[in-house]
Amino acid sequence: MTVPITWLTHNRVRLALHHLKDGEGRTLLLLHGLGERSPAELPSWAHGWPGPVAALDFTGHGQSTVPRGGGYSSEMLLGDADAALAALGQVTVLGRGLGAYIALQLAGARPTEVVGVVLGDGPGLAGGPTEPTSLSFFSLHTDGSSPDPYALVELGRDLRPPDYATAFVRLAVQGSPLDEPISVSAVYRPAWLQAVTAQQGVAETSTADALTVYATS
Amino acid sequence: MEVPSAPDRRYDVDSDGVRIAVHEWGHDQAPVLVLVHGGFDFARTFDVFAPKIAAHGWRVVSWDHRGHGDSEHAALYSWEADLRDAAAVFDHVSPGRPVPVIGHSKGGALMIQFADAQPYRISALVNLDGIPSKRPIPDVAEHERTKMLASEVSGWLDHRRSTAVARRKPGTIDELARRRGRMNPRLPHEWLRHLVLVGAFESDDGWRWKIDPSMRMGGFGPWRPEWALMRLPGLSAPFLGVLVSEVEEMGWGTSPHHVEPYLPAQGRLEFLQGLGHFAHIEDPDRVVDMTLDFFAEAGA
Repeated sequence: MTVPITWLTHNRVRLALHHLKDGEGRTLLLLHGLGERSPAELPSWAHGWPGPVAALDFTGHGQSTVPRGGGYSSEMLLGDADAALAALGQVTVLGRGLGAYIALQLAGARPTEVVGVVLGDGPGLAGGPTEPTSLSFFSLHTDGSSPDPYALVELGRDLRPPDYATAFVRLAVQGSPLDEPISVSAVYRPAWLQAVTAQQGVAETSTADALTVYATS
Repeated sequence: MEVPSAPDRRYDVDSDGVRIAVHEWGHDQAPVLVLVHGGFDFARTFDVFAPKIAAHGWRVVSWDHRGHGDSEHAALYSWEADLRDAAAVFDHVSPGRPVPVIGHSKGGALMIQFADAQPYRISALVNLDGIPSKRPIPDVAEHERTKMLASEVSGWLDHRRSTAVARRKPGTIDELARRRGRMNPRLPHEWLRHLVLVGAFESDDGWRWKIDPSMRMGGFGPWRPEWALMRLPGLSAPFLGVLVSEVEEMGWGTSPHHVEPYLPAQGRLEFLQGLGHFAHIEDPDRVVDMTLDFFAEAGA
């Protein structure tokens, strides 16, 4: 089964926004993990969401453009997610792994348009180190296929200092109409996510409970 | 103003699908010396500096960073992508042999990381006012800092929503030169006009800078300027850091006392009184003599 796609433009990249379910009310936006793609159909745990459900393929993933020569950063993917926000209006966001880190940034960047984010386990949750490293850099073999090897390598090691992550929590909490605009459902918590979880305005809960709360917020 | 010279050779190098424009001055059989430009600059900002070095018997090589000058506008830009593009150029002009390198501003900071991660590529390194230091932000309250970040992030995202169709603002040669003068307040108008002629292109409604319109000054991210310093003490190549007395917008405003504790064993600092961030353009002879003396001492 194929679902309808809206094609978005973020700078020179064409992004695939998959519409998994129609409905009334606020859209639930799904952000996939590193090396993943949007689900082909509505995940069972999202059936209870009253509104529409959409899922975005990040740059270099799924049906979105695979650019040449790498140059990925979480901030560029934040721009991808913001393009989806521009198309969808107010959303609740559920992110897996790398998508959770991007969801957190989006919650801080657009606190009035993002009504609740759920940060879940998934590929790319840990990210890279929290301080300068001795990691070197090499060109990779690429053939334009998805997922882009540069995305896998560069986003798998992007720097994630905990105090950078918590700055986005502060932005979200200050700007959001909700008391707890961020919910952490991830079992594994790398340093950035531990720091996030310890902040005021962050709930620790299951995905199902978080969605129930945000659906009625 | 001294007369600028166009490069003697101009060709492209492929960096995994991104076309990188390379410029060379001097004899093609002479030993290689690499120049690295700063952010929002391009290789031809070395049109006076490079030929002076070439006149001393060097094959001077520089390239336009992706999105800058004559290089391709890419979909993505990052510090790491810039380092990979640098490696593609080094592999082309000096495979397997270390060469002396001069990096200006962001190009200098990039080369500190390059020399740390891949020391076999660099025989000696000169950093021209490109050692980042912590921004001297006065003590501001936490909520003020949060407000600053909020406007940086939303401003950047608003910009990203417009870049697909964005074009640089057109103008006459003099208008573009005056606009650039805001970033280069110490450089003469005549020089800025030269930069327009080589760094901009003419279209139906006027001249526009070649630089990718998606690029924007400032920004945010997890990287901290002081992290460049952490790589400095371990550098194996002889290192000359050049700092300037005249603080201006495009520089980091780094002072010798910021850097001295981090100098590597074979490292030293020069402090240029009366010169600004573009010292190699303001007083090219002084900077050429200083760097070439340093390379000679270093045996590079």
